[in-house]
Amino acid sequence: MSYEKAQSKNVIWDWLTTVDHKKIGIMYLAGGAFFFALGGLEAILMRIQLMFPEFTFVQAQTFNELLTMHGTTMIFLAAMPLLFGFMNFIIPLQIGARDVAFPFLNALGFWLFLFGGILLNVSWFVGGAPDAGWTAYVPLSSESPGHGLDYYVLGLQIGGAGTLIGGINFLVTIINMRAPGMSMMRMPLFTWSSFVASMLILFAFPALTIGLLLLMLERLFGATYFAVDFGGNVIIWQHLFWIFGHPEVYILILPAFGIFSEVLATFAKKRLFGYSAMVFATLIIGFLGFMVWAHHMFTVGMGPVANAIFAVATMAIAVPTGIKIFNWLLTLWGGRIQFTTANLFALGFLPSFVMGGVTGVMLATSAANYQFHDTYFVVAHFHYVIIGGVVFGLFSGTFYWWPKMFGYRLNETLGKWFFWLFLIGFHLTFFVQHFLGLMGMPRRVASYLPGQGLDSMNFISTMGAFLMTVAFILLLVCIFVSTKNRTNVADPWDGRTLEWTTPTPVPEYNFAQTPLVRELDAYWHEKYEGDGKMKAAEPLEDIHMPNGTILPVVMSLGLVVAAFGLIYLVHPLTIVGFAITFGAMFVRSIKEDHGYHIPVEAIKRDKEEG
Amino acid sequence: MSSHVDPSAPLQGKPSKSTERKLKNEMRTQLISFVFMIFITSMAFLSIASDAVPSGFAIPFILILASVQVILQLYFFMHMNAKGTGWVNVMIWSGLFVAALTVATLMLLIGVVKY
Amino acid sequence: MADHQAVEQHTLPPNPEKATLEGRNKYLGFWFFLGGETVLFGSLFGTYLGLRDGVVDGPGPSDLFHLDLVFIMTMILLTSSLTSVFAVINMKRGNYKGLLMWMWATVLLGVAFLGFEIYEFYEYYHLGLGFTTSAFASSFYTLVGTHGAHVAFGVSWITVLLIRYRKSGLTLTNAPKFYTAVLYWHFIDVVWVFIFTVVYLLGIGG
Repeated sequence: MSYEKAQSKNVIWDWLTTVDHKKIGIMYLAGGAFFFALGGLEAILMRIQLMFPEFTFVQAQTFNELLTMHGTTMIFLAAMPLLFGFMNFIIPLQIGARDVAFPFLNALGFWLFLFGGILLNVSWFVGGAPDAGWTAYVPLSSESPGHGLDYYVLGLQIGGAGTLIGGINFLVTIINMRAPGMSMMRMPLFTWSSFVASMLILFAFPALTIGLLLLMLERLFGATYFAVDFGGNVIIWQHLFWIFGHPEVYILILPAFGIFSEVLATFAKKRLFGYSAMVFATLIIGFLGFMVWAHHMFTVGMGPVANAIFAVATMAIAVPTGIKIFNWLLTLWGGRIQFTTANLFALGFLPSFVMGGVTGVMLATSAANYQFHDTYFVVAHFHYVIIGGVVFGLFSGTFYWWPKMFGYRLNETLGKWFFWLFLIGFHLTFFVQHFLGLMGMPRRVASYLPGQGLDSMNFISTMGAFLMTVAFILLLVCIFVSTKNRTNVADPWDGRTLEWTTPTPVPEYNFAQTPLVRELDAYWHEKYEGDGKMKAAEPLEDIHMPNGTILPVVMSLGLVVAAFGLIYLVHPLTIVGFAITFGAMFVRSIKEDHGYHIPVEAIKRDKEEG
Repeated sequence: MSSHVDPSAPLQGKPSKSTERKLKNEMRTQLISFVFMIFITSMAFLSIASDAVPSGFAIPFILILASVQVILQLYFFMHMNAKGTGWVNVMIWSGLFVAALTVATLMLLIGVVKY
Repeated sequence: MADHQAVEQHTLPPNPEKATLEGRNKYLGFWFFLGGETVLFGSLFGTYLGLRDGVVDGPGPSDLFHLDLVFIMTMILLTSSLTSVFAVINMKRGNYKGLLMWMWATVLLGVAFLGFEIYEFYEYYHLGLGFTTSAFASSFYTLVGTHGAHVAFGVSWITVLLIRYRKSGLTLTNAPKFYTAVLYWHFIDVVWVFIFTVVYLLGIGG
């Protein structure tokens, strides 16, 4: 393909075939936002059902499906893709790269996620969604009638493959594609934390792959790993799931930590306090994240020594996390703090997340855990860390990077309304759930009896959920009414890192000349020590770009076809599906595609216009 | 008009003298390690096949031999000892660490015996 | 892009697989993928070891496994590892014919290995070890079958490369492709080392 041809593509075809990390990032955000709304809707339906004792808004079976799909959707299809959206868009810009290491695989990862998510949600319309909880414990999941769990297994398998591909891509991008002078210890914290999160993806997702494979073979082909009367063992699933599942929560929270580190430093107008301690703490959290999975299984009967080891390891995570909290506080200390919406979310995160951390240490106490296990106390804990940590991070990042990504600034007044409504709604919903749990209300149960002191707190919790819904709608309104704020978008916050040196909208090649990095917070350094512009590390030359291709869509589609064949055991369909996927891989392998070059004249033209 | 590298053009020429010498040495190292691998594999099979070796010795013995052979594969056949493989070493050893944890857990902590 | 293409000739670099950024990315990314595969096989090994005593009424390891067959399979795979090493050495020498020849040898050995494995599974099935017979049976077939699937994928992958590039000569594009295929092949052998030790030798001796 030539430069001229690459410039003149139809819009829809362009987005279907794009391998540009910025467009893929935006698609991740759009897909993730859609599933976020869907998961939120499922949550609201559950909260309405629990508004009054013995309420009959939804049936118990529907409630089971709602709780399963709420958890699965929020973790796999909302939180992770939204973070991947930011990682895709921002990491190459922050390290001064023109693209990711594997643009093709990047696109493939996105389409696998999207098709996996759609496949999972098709189950609603064909006889019922999965109903065994997002953890899908056997034998409940292996014996669950209908096809819901089959959709769960195959939808997550396809989406999980996409995540693994994305993780490897980020790792290689960060190692191999950094601009000259950008040593590892000069990387912005968001890039660092995404790097560690990608390592966790690399080592955690294969365990899920195998768990899902075993569950699939058990359900569809009669294998007997989990069938006790055939010599099987049900605990194996729990281990495999949590060897993946616990690192997964760190995969979510670490990039959010990275976002807060960027936002707090920017809006305190100070260098991040204790940069190297932050990096070190991130690495320690990543390592410990792999050592603690069995704290989800204290009550299965592994034995007292095993429980004690996992309890101590879990409590140890409070140390590096505490280091981070204090570093953020000291970053703020003495700074000229600006209370923008992005920063409000970061400031709101600090106390909210600490509350989730404290209940985490309580839960890690394995003896006490026997009381807390499977109650609303656990629900309150993980919503405090996931909403108070990850979702606040996502909203903070949204307000922070929106001008760079979409070319307009979000309205700050509406943004602040959104922040306060969401903050209050969030605490209203989940704070009372601690006490519901301590009073013995079990999680994942569709109703409760009146007169047990649970009524008013459940009602309050539901009101909080409504408030969060109103806040979310306000965010959508904000996104639509802000479109005319198109001034001052290239560097609206007086940024410190390389992404703010690019023009907005960011050209497809990101940097006309690769920047030379001389210091941590490279842009800030040039602003105050240099002439306010990045030095170039190379002369202005033709820029090599990869070609777009439709093959990622075809490969993902083939897997969806194969998944339908497996779910309904229509073997010809399975074969056709795999033939499509492997055929596309074959084409990719034998067709050498060297991309094209953007001529230097076109880059000069862009520069003059910008 | 600037010129661009054509990545599909066949590579021309011969390797340098020092490269040639290195490759010759490597050929010899690889052959030796292959012969050694054949030897320890045979030892492992023999120690199980023969009744003379008690299983209390044979089991740890073959596990050690397997580890040795894997190290040889990784560091000689797959060149994990070469320059610039720092990140490769990090990722492979992390993978082995997580895999070892997984194997140990699934052998010990599945509720059959309590620890 | 023909108008932009240069006519300059490339001389052979010492490590043609890592001579371009694309090649270096591929090299590193593929190694990382193998790091993930380590955990994948670790999970399968763990499952097998957790379940290998769950034979119920079906045949167990000592009723089934024959050391002679496994020894032959091991030697075949080990030799194929060596042939792929020779292929890489020839690649660095610029001897493209040698590269192709040793890669074909690797493919042939891989096919022979697969043949033995199919024969092995067929025999076990007739000895009463179906996929659903017991937890031992399911986990055994899953572990060894996943390895076999990797061998099959490797054989097809290398064959596609060999046919696609039969006349092209060594280029900066195909050198990383051959190199990563060889890494994959070695990894298959690494996994097999653990399989013959943990599954077969411990199955008979432990």
